[in-house]
Amino acid sequence: MQDTFIDQASVQAGWTEKLDQLIAHYKSLPGALLPLLHAIQDELSYIPESAYPKIARALSLSVAEVHGVVSFYHHFKTHKPGRHVLQICRAESCQAMGSEGLEAHAKQCLSIDYHQTSQDQAITLEPVYCLGNCALSPAVMMDEEIFGRVSKADLEALIHDAKKAEAQV
Amino acid sequence: MSTIVYIPRDSSALSVGAEKVANAISQEAAKRGIAVTIVRNGSRGLYWLETMVEVSTDKGRVAYGPVKAADVSGLFKADFLNTEAASAKAHRLNLGLTEELAWLKQQQRLTFARVGITDPVSLEDYLAHDGYQGLKNALELSAADIVKTVTDSGLRGRGGAAFPTGIKWNTVLGCAADQKYIVCNADEGDSGTYSDRMIMENDPYVLIEGMTIAGIAVGATQGYIYLRSEYPHALVVLNEAIAKAEQAGYLGDNILGSSYGFNLEVRRAAGAYVCGEETSLLESLEGKRGLVRFKPPLPAIEGLFGKPTVVNNVISLATVPIILHKGAQYYADYGMGRSRGTLPIQLAGNIKQGGLVELAFGITLRELLYDYGGGSASGRPIKAVQVGGPLGAFLPESQFDTPLDYEAFSAIWAVLGHGGIVAFDDTVDMAKMARYAFEFCAIESCGKCTPCRIGSTRGVEVMDKIIAGTDRVKNIKLVRDLSDTMLNGSLCALGGMTPYPVLSAINHFPADFNIKDAAV
Ligand SMILES: NC(=O)c1ccc[n+]([C@@H]2O[C@H](COP(=O)([O-])OP(=O)(O)OC[C@H]3O[C@@H](n4cnc5c(N)ncnc54)[C@H](O)[C@@H]3O)[C@@H](O)[C@H]2O)c1
Ligand SMILES: Cc1cc2nc3c(=O)[nH]c(=O)nc-3n(C[C@H](O)[C@H](O)[C@H](O)COP(=O)(O)O)c2cc1C
Ligand code: SF4
Ligand code: FES
Repeated sequence: MQDTFIDQASVQAGWTEKLDQLIAHYKSLPGALLPLLHAIQDELSYIPESAYPKIARALSLSVAEVHGVVSFYHHFKTHKPGRHVLQICRAESCQAMGSEGLEAHAKQCLSIDYHQTSQDQAITLEPVYCLGNCALSPAVMMDEEIFGRVSKADLEALIHDAKKAEAQV
Repeated sequence: MSTIVYIPRDSSALSVGAEKVANAISQEAAKRGIAVTIVRNGSRGLYWLETMVEVSTDKGRVAYGPVKAADVSGLFKADFLNTEAASAKAHRLNLGLTEELAWLKQQQRLTFARVGITDPVSLEDYLAHDGYQGLKNALELSAADIVKTVTDSGLRGRGGAAFPTGIKWNTVLGCAADQKYIVCNADEGDSGTYSDRMIMENDPYVLIEGMTIAGIAVGATQGYIYLRSEYPHALVVLNEAIAKAEQAGYLGDNILGSSYGFNLEVRRAAGAYVCGEETSLLESLEGKRGLVRFKPPLPAIEGLFGKPTVVNNVISLATVPIILHKGAQYYADYGMGRSRGTLPIQLAGNIKQGGLVELAFGITLRELLYDYGGGSASGRPIKAVQVGGPLGAFLPESQFDTPLDYEAFSAIWAVLGHGGIVAFDDTVDMAKMARYAFEFCAIESCGKCTPCRIGSTRGVEVMDKIIAGTDRVKNIKLVRDLSDTMLNGSLCALGGMTPYPVLSAINHFPADFNIKDAAV
């Protein structure tokens, strides 16, 4: 499979070598595929399709099998997300504390729906089903930072900070 | 002399600003030239009081909470480190001695004995608080006697299915194989539950010790912790604790100089609820899509990579050390009926005082909701509670006197599950909750069997009609038929138990479906 342009990973200098390193590192682990996919996503924030053939060859799988695994898991992204990922908990405990209002507010503030990225590429919005913060619902997560008892104003401030931080770069 | 101040590193405490509080305290102390030693402990689980800051004194720890970063300079002005000072005693956030807080004092913390007290990653702290006593005893016993101790304790799977842990271990012990595995199910997908997270973030060594004992008991030398990707903090703590345990000889090829070897690795899950189901989990660990396997064969006989495998929940495994330390009878003396020991209960949702309550089985929902929970957070009446996660039934007020006991819950067509209790006030619309139960099942279905894959999507469509008021009576009958098919025809409990929240919502709250009574 040839992936021509739109392969954003090639933008990152040295990616081909990095991918080879990761494959060499994880290849011999029992059940290596998930750890390898995580390592790739940690590096690039998504898993480029152009990496599938190499992964498949190294682990004696077909490209279709790699594709099947990547697409099965909600956590794995096949497209580059925004610079930040905002996850809003939609599960029952957070619903009981008004998460629906937060979801609507986030979508409105960012002018996007779930699984989309704001126009300035700052924030990708994702639903999540429980963050284990249910005693302090409603909860959201910005990248790997978790927030509890989140009000609409808190959410706005979070979004604002994430956008501002980027503007300064 | 430097005063010791405890500030939790638990992720829920962090979610309401514990890091900022810790920074503010260290800065303010430096500014004032006061010597403080900050210890990042676990959370005591009184989450409405987080960030709870504790000051070490010769009488015990004195707590302040909930502390915000903005409160810190005021606390210093009140001389809060000098807990005997009148100004410290009079401070509005002063809670007195932590151990005397009724909410905590009335609990029976066995599995959670150390949580919130110790520095989670300090092996020295763990050892100083009875850590690794269970392993020491286990090393003196035969494999069969370790298994017998666990069986005699009455411990049942805390992941939700409540299967006796000792009997599961015995099956694995009885299998001859060149390789066996211990797999810890740390996928904790249920909404309203966080006890696994608390153990992993706040007392990781107890889980490591429990898994090591399991390995010795059944003859397994490799363990995996399958950790949900939503728990990045737990990942860091577990990896640090595992590295320290290895260095100190508590993991590795010769545990404490014995002939037993046990190695442990954390594997990250990838955000699929169904991968908490044990066979789907094993597929995932093997690097595949998380499709549920047919049982039999049981994982105990053909599990990970086809080898005999113990799959246990975090809490089941973390309870093993105290059973091996204090004895089967000590543990079995707690509880009621066939539910022996204690259950770490998690109060969540619309509740004033949410947090972790570990108690012997037998306490009622009402006591938990009102005596511990303090009623709803909104101050409105509690209309419904969902116990046991998204596959658990909704219970109305009339069932709040049910004792927490696996059999008592089965008797009212409900489940205790992993011990999560989610409260809803009277603004909840139960028809929407029923719709959500189908929606969740549709999102998370692994797709292997039709009743679940198709049924859940159909369920959402029919619920939409009911909510819109279209042919209500006919459509409710359709939901019941659909539920029957899912209950009887699904391969695993995701499809098989989605009817619990759906039908309990209809049966107990018919008014929300605009029908007069549930007989429809
Ligand atoms: N904790 C969570 O986040 C969560 C999420 C969803 C569901 N659940 C719970 O999961 C439960 C269903 O789980 P399940 O489908 O694994 O239940 P199950 O009844 O099929 O199995 C329970 C456990 O006992 C084992 N077992 C059964 N017979 C055995 C034998 N003879 N020898 C050895 N082992 C044996 C099984 O392998 C399994 O580990 C539900 O009741 C629900 O409460 C928990
Ligand atoms: C859809 C589904 C999701 C599950 N999720 C979990 C989970 O997140 N954690 C867990 O311990 N058990 C979960 N279980 C139960 C496991 O299949 C299994 O019973 C459990 O891990 C066994 O451990 P225990 O005996 O110590 O409870 C789930 C079951 C189903 C059907
Ligand atoms: S019930 Fe649903 S999740 Fe379970 S095996 Fe069938 S399709 Fe998969
Ligand atoms: S339900 Fe939202 S954090 Fe658990």
